[in-house]
Amino acid sequence: MTIETEIFEIVVRAIAISGAATFLVVLWGVPMGIFLGSRRFRGRTVIVSFFNAMLGIPTVALGLILYLMFSKSGPLGFLHLLYTPLAIILGQAILVTLITISLVTSTVESIDPEIKDLAKTLGASEAEAAVAVFKESIGGVLLAVAASFNRAIAELGVALMLGGNLRGLTRVLTTSIALETTRGELTLGIVLTLTLLGIVLTINFSMNLLQRRVRSWLWR
Amino acid sequence: MIELQSITKNYDEIVALDNIDLHIVKGEVFSVIGSNGSGKTTLLRIMAGVENPTRGMMFFDGKKIDAEDLVEVRRKGTMVFQKTSLFNTTVYRNISYGLKLRKLSHRIIDERVEESLNIVRLEGYEGRWAKSLSGGEQQRVALARALALKTEVLFLDEPTANLDPKNVSIVEEAIMRINREGETTIVIATHNMFQAESLSERTAVLIGGKIQQIGRSKDIFKLSSIADFTRIENIFTGISTIPKEGTSIVKLENGMSIATTIRQEGNVTLFIRPEDIILSKEKIVSSARNVFKGQIVGITDLGHLVKLRVDTGREFIVQITKRSFDEMNLNIGLKIYLTFKAGSVHVV
Repeated sequence: MTIETEIFEIVVRAIAISGAATFLVVLWGVPMGIFLGSRRFRGRTVIVSFFNAMLGIPTVALGLILYLMFSKSGPLGFLHLLYTPLAIILGQAILVTLITISLVTSTVESIDPEIKDLAKTLGASEAEAAVAVFKESIGGVLLAVAASFNRAIAELGVALMLGGNLRGLTRVLTTSIALETTRGELTLGIVLTLTLLGIVLTINFSMNLLQRRVRSWLWR
Repeated sequence: MIELQSITKNYDEIVALDNIDLHIVKGEVFSVIGSNGSGKTTLLRIMAGVENPTRGMMFFDGKKIDAEDLVEVRRKGTMVFQKTSLFNTTVYRNISYGLKLRKLSHRIIDERVEESLNIVRLEGYEGRWAKSLSGGEQQRVALARALALKTEVLFLDEPTANLDPKNVSIVEEAIMRINREGETTIVIATHNMFQAESLSERTAVLIGGKIQQIGRSKDIFKLSSIADFTRIENIFTGISTIPKEGTSIVKLENGMSIATTIRQEGNVTLFIRPEDIILSKEKIVSSARNVFKGQIVGITDLGHLVKLRVDTGREFIVQITKRSFDEMNLNIGLKIYLTFKAGSVHVV
Protein backbone atom coordinates (compact mmCIF):
# COMPACT_ATOMS: atom_id res chain seq x y z
CA MET A 1 0.00 0.00 0.00
CA THR A 2 1.44 3.38 -0.96
CA ILE A 3 1.69 6.20 1.55
CA GLU A 4 -0.85 8.21 -0.46
CA THR A 5 -3.34 5.35 -0.35
CA GLU A 6 -2.82 4.94 3.37
CA ILE A 7 -3.32 8.67 4.02
CA PHE A 8 -6.47 8.62 1.89
CA GLU A 9 -7.75 5.62 3.81
CA ILE A 10 -7.04 7.32 7.16
CA VAL A 11 -8.82 10.52 6.05
CA VAL A 12 -11.88 8.61 4.84
CA ARG A 13 -11.97 6.54 8.05
CA ALA A 14 -11.65 9.66 10.25
CA ILE A 15 -14.46 11.42 8.38
CA ALA A 16 -16.66 8.31 8.47
CA ILE A 17 -16.14 7.67 12.20
CA SER A 18 -16.58 11.30 13.28
CA GLY A 19 -19.42 11.78 10.80
CA ALA A 20 -21.23 8.75 12.24
CA ALA A 21 -20.66 10.03 15.79
CA THR A 22 -22.03 13.45 14.82
CA PHE A 23 -25.02 11.89 13.06
CA LEU A 24 -25.87 9.92 16.21
CA VAL A 25 -25.61 13.08 18.30
CA VAL A 26 -27.88 14.99 15.92
CA LEU A 27 -30.52 12.32 16.59
CA TRP A 28 -30.52 12.77 20.35
CA GLY A 29 -28.54 15.94 21.12
CA VAL A 30 -30.49 18.37 18.91
CA PRO A 31 -33.96 17.34 20.19
CA MET A 32 -32.65 17.41 23.75
CA GLY A 33 -31.13 20.88 23.23
CA ILE A 34 -34.42 22.13 21.76
CA PHE A 35 -36.30 20.63 24.70
CA LEU A 36 -33.98 22.17 27.30
CA GLY A 37 -33.95 25.53 25.51
CA SER A 38 -37.70 25.83 25.14
CA ARG A 39 -39.13 24.29 28.30
CA ARG A 40 -39.03 25.59 31.86
CA PHE A 41 -39.16 22.97 34.60
CA ARG A 42 -37.74 22.32 38.03
CA GLY A 43 -34.12 21.18 37.84
CA ARG A 44 -33.61 22.51 34.33
CA THR A 45 -30.93 24.99 35.41
CA VAL A 46 -28.96 22.21 37.10
CA ILE A 47 -29.08 20.04 33.96
CA VAL A 48 -28.06 22.93 31.66
CA SER A 49 -25.24 23.91 34.05
CA PHE A 50 -24.05 20.30 34.09
CA PHE A 51 -23.81 20.17 30.29
CA ASN A 52 -22.05 23.53 30.19
CA ALA A 53 -19.57 22.42 32.86
CA MET A 54 -18.88 19.16 31.04
CA LEU A 55 -17.86 21.01 27.88
CA GLY A 56 -14.30 21.14 29.14
CA ILE A 57 -13.97 17.46 29.99
CA PRO A 58 -10.51 16.18 28.94
CA THR A 59 -10.88 13.63 26.15
CA VAL A 60 -8.28 11.42 27.80
CA ALA A 61 -10.38 11.29 30.98
CA LEU A 62 -13.47 10.32 29.00
CA GLY A 63 -11.39 7.84 26.98
CA LEU A 64 -10.14 6.21 30.19
CA ILE A 65 -13.62 5.95 31.72
CA LEU A 66 -14.99 4.36 28.54
CA TYR A 67 -11.92 2.11 28.23
CA LEU A 68 -12.65 0.74 31.71
CA MET A 69 -16.28 0.17 30.73
CA PHE A 70 -15.50 -1.52 27.41
CA SER A 71 -12.53 -3.58 28.63
CA LYS A 72 -13.05 -7.34 29.12
CA SER A 73 -13.59 -7.02 32.85
CA GLY A 74 -15.74 -3.90 32.51
CA PRO A 75 -19.57 -3.79 32.64
CA LEU A 76 -19.81 -3.54 28.83
CA GLY A 77 -16.95 -5.92 28.11
CA PHE A 78 -19.32 -8.59 26.78
CA LEU A 79 -19.99 -6.37 23.75
CA HIS A 80 -16.35 -6.81 22.59
CA LEU A 81 -16.26 -3.26 21.29
CA LEU A 82 -12.80 -2.24 22.47
CA TYR A 83 -10.36 -1.45 19.63
CA THR A 84 -13.13 -1.28 17.03
CA PRO A 85 -14.33 1.72 15.00
CA LEU A 86 -17.72 1.38 16.73
CA ALA A 87 -16.09 2.01 20.10
CA ILE A 88 -14.58 5.26 18.78
CA ILE A 89 -17.94 6.29 17.27
CA LEU A 90 -19.71 5.76 20.60
CA GLY A 91 -16.93 7.49 22.57
CA GLN A 92 -16.89 10.51 20.26
CA ALA A 93 -20.69 10.64 20.28
CA ILE A 94 -20.70 10.85 24.07
CA LEU A 95 -18.01 13.53 23.96
CA VAL A 96 -19.77 15.77 21.42
CA THR A 97 -23.22 15.25 22.89
CA LEU A 98 -22.25 17.78 25.53
CA ILE A 99 -21.26 20.41 22.95
CA THR A 100 -24.36 19.86 20.85
CA ILE A 101 -26.77 20.04 23.76
CA SER A 102 -25.06 23.07 25.24
CA LEU A 103 -24.95 25.08 21.99
CA VAL A 104 -28.44 24.13 20.82
CA THR A 105 -29.88 24.90 24.27
CA SER A 106 -28.35 28.38 24.37
CA THR A 107 -29.46 29.11 20.78
CA VAL A 108 -33.06 28.06 21.38
CA GLU A 109 -33.08 29.77 24.78
CA SER A 110 -32.15 33.09 23.19
CA ILE A 111 -34.78 32.77 20.46
CA ASP A 112 -37.63 30.88 22.06
CA PRO A 113 -39.82 33.17 24.16
CA GLU A 114 -39.93 35.99 21.63
CA ILE A 115 -40.47 33.90 18.49
CA LYS A 116 -42.87 31.51 20.14
CA ASP A 117 -45.04 34.39 21.36
CA LEU A 118 -44.84 36.04 17.96
CA ALA A 119 -45.92 32.87 16.17
CA LYS A 120 -48.78 32.38 18.62
CA THR A 121 -50.09 35.91 18.15
CA LEU A 122 -50.11 35.26 14.41
CA GLY A 123 -52.34 32.26 14.98
CA ALA A 124 -49.91 29.38 15.51
CA SER A 125 -50.66 26.40 17.72
CA GLU A 126 -48.03 25.22 20.24
CA ALA A 127 -46.62 22.77 17.66
CA GLU A 128 -46.55 25.38 14.86
CA ALA A 129 -44.88 27.86 17.22
CA ALA A 130 -42.24 25.25 18.08
CA VAL A 131 -41.57 24.77 14.34
CA ALA A 132 -41.11 28.54 13.98
CA VAL A 133 -38.60 28.48 16.85
CA PHE A 134 -36.72 25.66 15.13
CA LYS A 135 -36.60 27.57 11.83
CA GLU A 136 -35.19 30.61 13.61
CA SER A 137 -32.70 28.44 15.51
CA ILE A 138 -31.38 26.65 12.45
CA GLY A 139 -28.25 28.80 12.21
CA GLY A 140 -27.24 27.92 15.77
CA VAL A 141 -28.18 24.27 15.28
CA LEU A 142 -25.98 23.98 12.17
CA LEU A 143 -23.17 25.71 14.04
CA ALA A 144 -23.56 23.19 16.87
CA VAL A 145 -23.42 20.31 14.39
CA ALA A 146 -20.29 21.74 12.74
CA ALA A 147 -18.65 22.34 16.14
CA SER A 148 -19.51 18.79 17.18
CA PHE A 149 -18.02 17.24 14.06
CA ASN A 150 -14.88 19.37 14.43
CA ARG A 151 -14.51 18.38 18.07
CA ALA A 152 -14.96 14.71 17.15
CA ILE A 153 -12.49 14.61 14.27
CA ALA A 154 -9.90 16.66 16.15
CA GLU A 155 -9.93 14.76 19.45
CA LEU A 156 -7.20 12.27 20.32
CA GLY A 157 -7.89 10.78 23.75
CA VAL A 158 -11.03 8.77 22.93
CA ALA A 159 -9.75 7.58 19.52
CA LEU A 160 -6.45 6.43 21.01
CA MET A 161 -7.76 4.72 24.13
CA LEU A 162 -10.82 3.06 22.60
CA GLY A 163 -9.44 2.47 19.10
CA GLY A 164 -5.86 1.58 19.92
CA ASN A 165 -4.59 3.15 16.65
CA LEU A 166 -4.70 -0.19 14.82
CA ARG A 167 -3.40 0.14 11.26
CA GLY A 168 -6.12 -0.42 8.68
CA LEU A 169 -8.83 -0.63 11.33
CA THR A 170 -8.97 2.18 13.89
CA ARG A 171 -6.18 4.52 12.79
CA VAL A 172 -7.62 8.01 12.27
CA LEU A 173 -6.05 11.42 11.58
CA THR A 174 -5.26 12.46 15.16
CA THR A 175 -3.83 9.08 16.19
CA SER A 176 -1.73 9.00 13.00
CA ILE A 177 -0.38 12.51 13.67
CA ALA A 178 0.61 11.50 17.23
CA LEU A 179 2.23 8.27 15.97
CA GLU A 180 4.18 9.82 13.09
CA THR A 181 5.42 12.64 15.33
CA THR A 182 6.71 10.23 17.97
CA ARG A 183 8.35 8.17 15.19
CA GLY A 184 10.13 11.28 13.94
CA GLU A 185 8.18 11.35 10.67
CA LEU A 186 7.55 15.08 11.01
CA THR A 187 6.83 15.71 7.32
CA LEU A 188 4.09 13.10 7.33
CA GLY A 189 2.80 14.47 10.62
CA ILE A 190 2.58 17.97 9.11
CA VAL A 191 0.81 16.69 5.97
CA LEU A 192 -1.76 14.91 8.15
CA THR A 193 -2.18 18.00 10.35
CA LEU A 194 -2.77 20.22 7.31
CA THR A 195 -5.29 17.70 6.01
CA LEU A 196 -7.11 17.80 9.36
CA LEU A 197 -7.11 21.61 9.34
CA GLY A 198 -8.39 21.58 5.76
CA ILE A 199 -11.31 19.33 6.70
CA VAL A 200 -12.23 21.46 9.73
CA LEU A 201 -12.08 24.73 7.76
CA THR A 202 -14.06 23.28 4.85
CA ILE A 203 -16.78 22.05 7.20
CA ASN A 204 -17.03 25.47 8.90
CA PHE A 205 -17.07 27.35 5.60
CA SER A 206 -19.70 25.03 4.12
CA MET A 207 -21.92 25.34 7.17
CA ASN A 208 -21.79 29.11 6.94
CA LEU A 209 -22.87 28.97 3.32
CA LEU A 210 -25.48 26.37 4.07
CA GLN A 211 -26.99 28.26 6.98
CA ARG A 212 -28.67 31.00 4.95
CA ARG A 213 -29.79 28.61 2.23
CA VAL A 214 -31.32 26.20 4.72
CA ARG A 215 -33.08 29.04 6.58
CA SER A 216 -34.39 30.42 3.31
CA TRP A 217 -35.59 26.97 2.30
CA LEU A 218 -37.29 26.37 5.64
CA TRP A 219 -39.19 29.68 5.43
CA ARG A 220 -40.47 29.01 1.91
CA MET B 1 -66.59 41.60 22.16
CA ILE B 2 -64.00 40.76 24.82
CA GLU B 3 -64.97 40.56 28.43
CA LEU B 4 -62.63 39.96 31.33
CA GLN B 5 -64.02 38.95 34.70
CA SER B 6 -61.83 39.08 37.81
CA ILE B 7 -58.65 38.38 35.83
CA THR B 8 -55.60 37.98 38.06
CA LYS B 9 -52.09 37.09 36.94
CA ASN B 10 -49.31 36.19 39.34
CA TYR B 11 -45.66 35.58 38.56
CA ASP B 12 -44.52 33.70 41.67
CA GLU B 13 -44.98 36.27 44.42
CA ILE B 14 -45.56 39.21 42.08
CA VAL B 15 -49.13 40.19 41.27
CA ALA B 16 -49.01 41.56 37.71
CA LEU B 17 -52.79 41.94 37.34
CA ASP B 18 -55.20 42.16 40.22
CA ASN B 19 -58.87 41.36 39.73
CA ILE B 20 -59.38 43.05 36.35
CA ASP B 21 -62.89 43.52 35.01
CA LEU B 22 -63.00 44.93 31.51
CA HIS B 23 -65.30 44.99 28.53
CA ILE B 24 -64.01 45.83 25.05
CA VAL B 25 -66.76 46.83 22.63
CA LYS B 26 -66.68 45.63 19.01
CA GLY B 27 -65.23 48.21 16.62
CA GLU B 28 -63.86 50.60 19.24
CA VAL B 29 -60.31 51.83 19.81
CA PHE B 30 -59.57 51.19 23.46
CA SER B 31 -56.40 52.28 25.19
CA VAL B 32 -54.78 51.03 28.34
CA ILE B 33 -52.46 53.58 29.86
CA GLY B 34 -50.03 53.16 32.68
CA SER B 35 -46.40 53.52 33.56
CA ASN B 36 -43.79 50.80 33.00
CA GLY B 37 -44.55 47.70 35.02
CA SER B 38 -48.21 48.60 35.56
CA GLY B 39 -49.37 45.38 33.85
CA LYS B 40 -50.36 46.73 30.42
CA THR B 41 -48.41 44.15 28.43
CA THR B 42 -49.62 41.25 30.59
CA LEU B 43 -53.21 42.39 30.10
CA LEU B 44 -52.79 42.48 26.33
CA ARG B 45 -51.03 39.10 26.27
CA ILE B 46 -53.93 37.51 28.14
CA MET B 47 -56.52 39.08 25.84
CA ALA B 48 -54.49 37.97 22.81
CA GLY B 49 -54.43 34.39 24.07
CA VAL B 50 -50.66 34.28 24.44
CA GLU B 51 -50.79 33.88 28.17
CA ASN B 52 -53.15 32.21 30.62
CA PRO B 53 -54.45 34.14 33.61
CA THR B 54 -53.85 32.71 37.07
CA ARG B 55 -57.49 33.30 37.94
CA GLY B 56 -60.57 34.77 36.32
CA MET B 57 -62.53 34.27 33.14
CA MET B 58 -62.33 35.65 29.63
CA PHE B 59 -65.20 35.73 27.15
CA PHE B 60 -64.86 36.33 23.42
CA ASP B 61 -68.12 37.21 21.66
CA GLY B 62 -69.94 35.83 24.67
CA LYS B 63 -68.15 32.49 24.63
CA LYS B 64 -66.06 31.52 27.65
CA ILE B 65 -62.45 30.92 26.66
CA ASP B 66 -60.68 27.92 28.13
CA ALA B 67 -57.08 26.77 27.58
CA GLU B 68 -58.11 24.62 24.61
CA ASP B 69 -59.77 27.61 22.90
CA LEU B 70 -56.63 29.75 22.89
CA VAL B 71 -55.65 28.89 19.31
CA GLU B 72 -59.11 30.01 18.18
CA VAL B 73 -58.66 33.29 20.08
CA ARG B 74 -55.24 33.77 18.50
CA ARG B 75 -56.82 33.48 15.06
CA LYS B 76 -59.41 36.16 15.89
CA GLY B 77 -56.87 38.66 17.15
CA THR B 78 -53.21 39.44 16.76
CA MET B 79 -50.65 41.45 18.65
CA VAL B 80 -47.85 43.83 17.78
CA PHE B 81 -45.14 43.87 20.41
CA GLN B 82 -43.31 46.89 21.81
CA LYS B 83 -39.99 45.27 21.01
CA THR B 84 -40.11 44.64 17.29
CA SER B 85 -40.03 40.94 16.68
CA LEU B 86 -39.43 39.66 13.17
CA PHE B 87 -38.59 36.31 11.65
CA ASN B 88 -35.11 36.21 10.15
CA THR B 89 -36.33 36.11 6.57
CA THR B 90 -37.79 38.44 3.94
CA VAL B 91 -40.55 40.99 4.51
CA TYR B 92 -42.89 38.93 2.31
CA ARG B 93 -42.34 35.74 4.31
CA ASN B 94 -42.80 37.61 7.58
CA ILE B 95 -46.14 39.02 6.49
CA SER B 96 -47.33 35.84 4.81
CA TYR B 97 -46.57 33.61 7.84
CA GLY B 98 -49.93 34.06 9.57
CA LEU B 99 -51.78 33.94 6.24
CA LYS B 100 -50.19 30.58 5.41
CA LEU B 101 -51.22 29.26 8.83
CA ARG B 102 -54.77 30.15 7.80
CA LYS B 103 -54.25 28.18 4.58
CA LEU B 104 -55.22 31.07 2.28
CA SER B 105 -54.55 30.82 -1.45
CA HIS B 106 -51.33 32.23 -2.97
CA ARG B 107 -53.32 34.90 -4.79
CA ILE B 108 -55.00 36.15 -1.62
CA ILE B 109 -51.71 36.02 0.29
CA ASP B 110 -50.00 38.15 -2.38
CA GLU B 111 -52.87 40.64 -2.35
CA ARG B 112 -52.90 40.93 1.44
CA VAL B 113 -49.12 41.40 1.62
CA GLU B 114 -49.24 44.15 -0.98
CA GLU B 115 -52.23 45.84 0.63
CA SER B 116 -50.78 45.85 4.14
CA LEU B 117 -47.42 47.15 2.91
CA ASN B 118 -49.28 50.00 1.20
CA ILE B 119 -51.00 50.91 4.46
CA VAL B 120 -47.68 51.22 6.30
CA ARG B 121 -46.08 52.90 3.26
CA LEU B 122 -43.54 50.20 2.54
CA GLU B 123 -44.56 49.47 -1.03
CA GLY B 124 -42.06 47.29 -2.89
CA TYR B 125 -40.32 46.02 0.27
CA GLU B 126 -41.51 42.41 -0.19
CA GLY B 127 -38.12 40.99 -1.14
CA ARG B 128 -36.07 42.91 1.43
CA TRP B 129 -34.52 41.05 4.35
CA ALA B 130 -36.69 42.16 7.28
CA LYS B 131 -33.93 42.47 9.85
CA SER B 132 -31.81 44.67 7.57
CA LEU B 133 -34.42 47.47 7.69
CA SER B 134 -34.27 50.46 10.02
CA GLY B 135 -35.96 50.23 13.44
CA GLY B 136 -38.97 52.27 12.30
CA GLU B 137 -39.37 50.25 9.12
CA GLN B 138 -39.12 47.01 11.07
CA GLN B 139 -41.94 48.11 13.37
CA ARG B 140 -44.01 49.02 10.32
CA VAL B 141 -43.38 45.53 8.88
CA ALA B 142 -44.57 44.08 12.21
CA LEU B 143 -47.71 46.22 11.95
CA ALA B 144 -48.23 45.23 8.30
CA ARG B 145 -47.93 41.57 9.28
CA ALA B 146 -50.69 42.06 11.84
CA LEU B 147 -52.88 44.08 9.46
CA ALA B 148 -52.59 41.48 6.69
CA LEU B 149 -54.42 38.96 8.87
CA LYS B 150 -57.52 41.19 8.99
CA THR B 151 -58.35 39.88 12.42
CA GLU B 152 -61.38 41.07 14.34
CA VAL B 153 -59.20 42.62 17.01
CA LEU B 154 -55.71 44.07 17.04
CA PHE B 155 -53.62 44.37 20.20
CA LEU B 156 -50.86 46.98 20.03
CA ASP B 157 -48.31 47.09 22.82
CA GLU B 158 -46.61 50.50 22.80
CA PRO B 159 -46.65 50.48 18.99
CA THR B 160 -44.75 53.74 18.60
CA ALA B 161 -42.30 53.54 21.49
CA ASN B 162 -38.76 54.37 20.37
CA LEU B 163 -39.86 55.45 16.89
CA ASP B 164 -38.93 58.75 15.28
CA PRO B 165 -41.73 61.26 14.58
CA LYS B 166 -42.06 60.27 10.92
CA ASN B 167 -42.57 56.61 11.75
CA VAL B 168 -44.91 57.48 14.64
CA SER B 169 -47.10 59.44 12.21
CA ILE B 170 -47.22 56.57 9.72
CA VAL B 171 -48.06 53.99 12.38
CA GLU B 172 -50.75 56.16 13.99
CA GLU B 173 -52.31 56.92 10.63
CA ALA B 174 -52.35 53.20 9.79
CA ILE B 175 -54.06 52.44 13.11
CA MET B 176 -56.77 55.03 12.49
CA ARG B 177 -57.24 53.88 8.92
CA ILE B 178 -57.78 50.22 9.70
CA ASN B 179 -60.17 51.06 12.50
CA ARG B 180 -62.11 53.39 10.20
CA GLU B 181 -62.11 51.25 7.07
CA GLY B 182 -61.84 47.73 8.41
CA GLU B 183 -63.91 48.28 11.56
CA THR B 184 -61.20 46.42 13.44
CA THR B 185 -61.39 46.57 17.21
CA ILE B 186 -58.09 47.96 18.49
CA VAL B 187 -56.65 47.74 21.98
CA ILE B 188 -53.57 49.88 22.53
CA ALA B 189 -51.30 49.75 25.55
CA THR B 190 -49.34 52.96 25.85
CA HIS B 191 -47.74 55.31 28.29
CA ASN B 192 -48.13 58.11 25.75
CA MET B 193 -51.20 59.87 27.06
CA PHE B 194 -51.61 62.14 24.11
CA GLN B 195 -51.71 59.10 21.87
CA ALA B 196 -54.28 57.44 24.12
CA GLU B 197 -56.46 60.52 24.12
CA SER B 198 -56.19 61.23 20.43
CA LEU B 199 -56.52 57.65 19.11
CA SER B 200 -58.99 55.99 21.43
CA GLU B 201 -62.60 56.47 22.37
CA ARG B 202 -62.25 54.83 25.77
CA THR B 203 -59.33 54.49 28.13
CA ALA B 204 -58.48 52.42 31.17
CA VAL B 205 -55.83 53.69 33.57
CA LEU B 206 -53.81 50.81 34.97
CA ILE B 207 -51.70 51.38 38.07
CA GLY B 208 -49.96 48.57 39.93
CA GLY B 209 -51.95 45.88 38.12
CA LYS B 210 -55.32 47.43 39.01
CA ILE B 211 -57.68 49.48 36.89
CA GLN B 212 -57.93 52.83 38.65
CA GLN B 213 -60.13 54.60 36.14
CA ILE B 214 -62.08 53.63 33.07
CA GLY B 215 -64.24 55.72 30.79
CA ARG B 216 -64.32 58.00 27.77
CA SER B 217 -60.81 59.18 26.95
CA LYS B 218 -61.87 62.84 26.88
CA ASP B 219 -63.35 62.56 30.36
CA ILE B 220 -60.39 60.63 31.73
CA PHE B 221 -57.93 63.27 30.60
CA LYS B 222 -59.97 66.14 31.98
CA LEU B 223 -59.63 64.78 35.49
CA SER B 224 -56.82 66.69 37.12
CA SER B 225 -55.65 63.77 39.28
CA ILE B 226 -55.30 61.58 36.21
CA ALA B 227 -53.79 64.41 34.21
CA ASP B 228 -51.00 64.73 36.73
CA PHE B 229 -50.20 61.08 36.23
CA THR B 230 -50.93 60.77 32.58
CA ARG B 231 -49.88 63.91 30.77
CA ILE B 232 -46.41 63.49 29.44
CA GLU B 233 -46.57 65.61 26.29
CA ASN B 234 -45.57 69.27 26.47
CA ILE B 235 -44.14 68.85 29.93
CA PHE B 236 -41.14 71.02 30.69
CA THR B 237 -39.06 71.41 33.81
CA GLY B 238 -37.20 74.60 34.64
CA ILE B 239 -36.44 77.23 37.22
CA SER B 240 -39.05 79.90 37.84
CA THR B 241 -38.30 83.45 38.85
CA ILE B 242 -40.89 86.09 39.77
CA PRO B 243 -40.01 89.60 38.60
CA LYS B 244 -41.34 92.66 40.44
CA GLU B 245 -43.71 93.31 37.58
CA GLY B 246 -45.26 91.13 34.95
CA THR B 247 -45.42 87.41 34.47
CA SER B 248 -43.11 84.77 35.94
CA ILE B 249 -40.38 83.44 33.70
CA VAL B 250 -39.39 79.77 33.71
CA LYS B 251 -35.95 79.10 32.27
CA LEU B 252 -35.61 75.64 30.78
CA GLU B 253 -32.33 73.69 30.64
CA ASN B 254 -31.73 74.55 26.98
CA GLY B 255 -32.00 78.29 27.66
CA MET B 256 -35.58 78.62 26.42
CA SER B 257 -37.80 80.87 28.56
CA ILE B 258 -41.53 80.38 29.05
CA ALA B 259 -43.72 83.13 30.48
CA THR B 260 -46.38 81.96 32.93
CA THR B 261 -48.90 83.40 35.35
CA ILE B 262 -47.86 81.05 38.14
CA ARG B 263 -46.52 82.68 41.28
CA GLN B 264 -44.03 80.05 42.30
CA GLU B 265 -40.25 80.30 42.51
CA GLY B 266 -37.63 77.59 42.08
CA ASN B 267 -37.90 74.27 40.26
CA VAL B 268 -41.24 73.81 38.52
CA THR B 269 -42.74 71.39 36.03
CA LEU B 270 -44.98 72.99 33.45
CA PHE B 271 -47.64 71.64 31.19
CA ILE B 272 -49.23 73.20 28.09
CA ARG B 273 -52.25 71.55 26.52
CA PRO B 274 -51.59 70.92 22.79
CA GLU B 275 -54.90 72.50 21.78
CA ASP B 276 -53.98 75.76 23.58
CA ILE B 277 -51.09 76.45 21.21
CA ILE B 278 -51.72 78.65 18.17
CA LEU B 279 -49.80 77.78 15.06
CA SER B 280 -48.98 80.39 12.39
CA LYS B 281 -46.75 80.74 9.36
CA GLU B 282 -45.85 84.34 10.26
CA LYS B 283 -45.07 85.78 13.64
CA ILE B 284 -48.31 87.21 14.99
CA VAL B 285 -48.64 90.32 17.14
CA SER B 286 -50.92 89.50 20.06
CA SER B 287 -51.23 89.68 23.80
CA ALA B 288 -49.80 86.16 24.13
CA ARG B 289 -46.44 86.23 25.93
CA ASN B 290 -44.95 83.07 24.45
CA VAL B 291 -43.87 82.98 20.80
CA PHE B 292 -41.42 80.36 19.50
CA LYS B 293 -40.13 79.64 16.03
CA GLY B 294 -39.92 75.98 15.09
CA GLN B 295 -40.06 73.36 12.40
CA ILE B 296 -42.72 70.70 11.85
CA VAL B 297 -41.15 67.27 12.36
CA GLY B 298 -44.22 65.06 12.53
CA ILE B 299 -47.83 65.03 11.37
CA THR B 300 -50.58 62.63 12.42
CA ASP B 301 -54.00 62.70 10.83
CA LEU B 302 -56.61 61.95 13.48
CA GLY B 303 -59.65 62.41 11.28
CA HIS B 304 -61.12 65.82 12.06
CA LEU B 305 -58.01 66.77 14.03
CA VAL B 306 -54.33 66.82 13.17
CA LYS B 307 -51.48 66.42 15.63
CA LEU B 308 -48.17 68.05 14.83
CA ARG B 309 -44.79 67.69 16.43
CA VAL B 310 -42.85 70.92 16.30
CA ASP B 311 -39.18 71.21 17.11
CA THR B 312 -38.33 74.58 18.66
CA GLY B 313 -35.23 73.35 20.41
CA ARG B 314 -37.68 71.46 22.62
CA GLU B 315 -40.38 69.42 20.98
CA PHE B 316 -43.95 70.71 21.32
CA ILE B 317 -47.11 68.83 20.46
CA VAL B 318 -49.71 71.00 18.79
CA GLN B 319 -53.25 70.00 17.93
CA ILE B 320 -55.25 71.81 15.25
CA THR B 321 -58.34 71.05 13.22
CA LYS B 322 -58.06 69.24 9.92
CA ARG B 323 -59.58 72.25 8.17
CA SER B 324 -56.90 74.60 9.54
CA PHE B 325 -54.26 72.10 8.57
CA ASP B 326 -55.53 71.94 4.98
CA GLU B 327 -55.98 75.69 4.64
CA MET B 328 -52.49 76.42 5.96
CA ASN B 329 -50.98 73.83 3.65
CA LEU B 330 -48.63 72.52 6.33
CA ASN B 331 -45.86 70.01 5.65
CA ILE B 332 -43.01 68.30 7.45
CA GLY B 333 -39.98 70.59 7.47
CA LEU B 334 -42.01 73.81 7.26
CA LYS B 335 -40.86 76.64 9.55
CA ILE B 336 -43.75 77.95 11.68
CA TYR B 337 -44.45 79.95 14.86
CA LEU B 338 -46.06 78.67 18.05
CA THR B 339 -47.93 81.13 20.25
CA PHE B 340 -49.57 80.57 23.60
CA LYS B 341 -50.65 82.72 26.52
CA ALA B 342 -48.88 82.76 29.85
CA GLY B 343 -52.24 81.73 31.33
CA SER B 344 -52.20 78.52 29.28
CA VAL B 345 -49.12 77.32 31.11
CA HIS B 346 -50.07 75.09 34.03
CA VAL B 347 -48.00 73.65 36.82
CA VAL B 348 -48.09 69.87 37.06
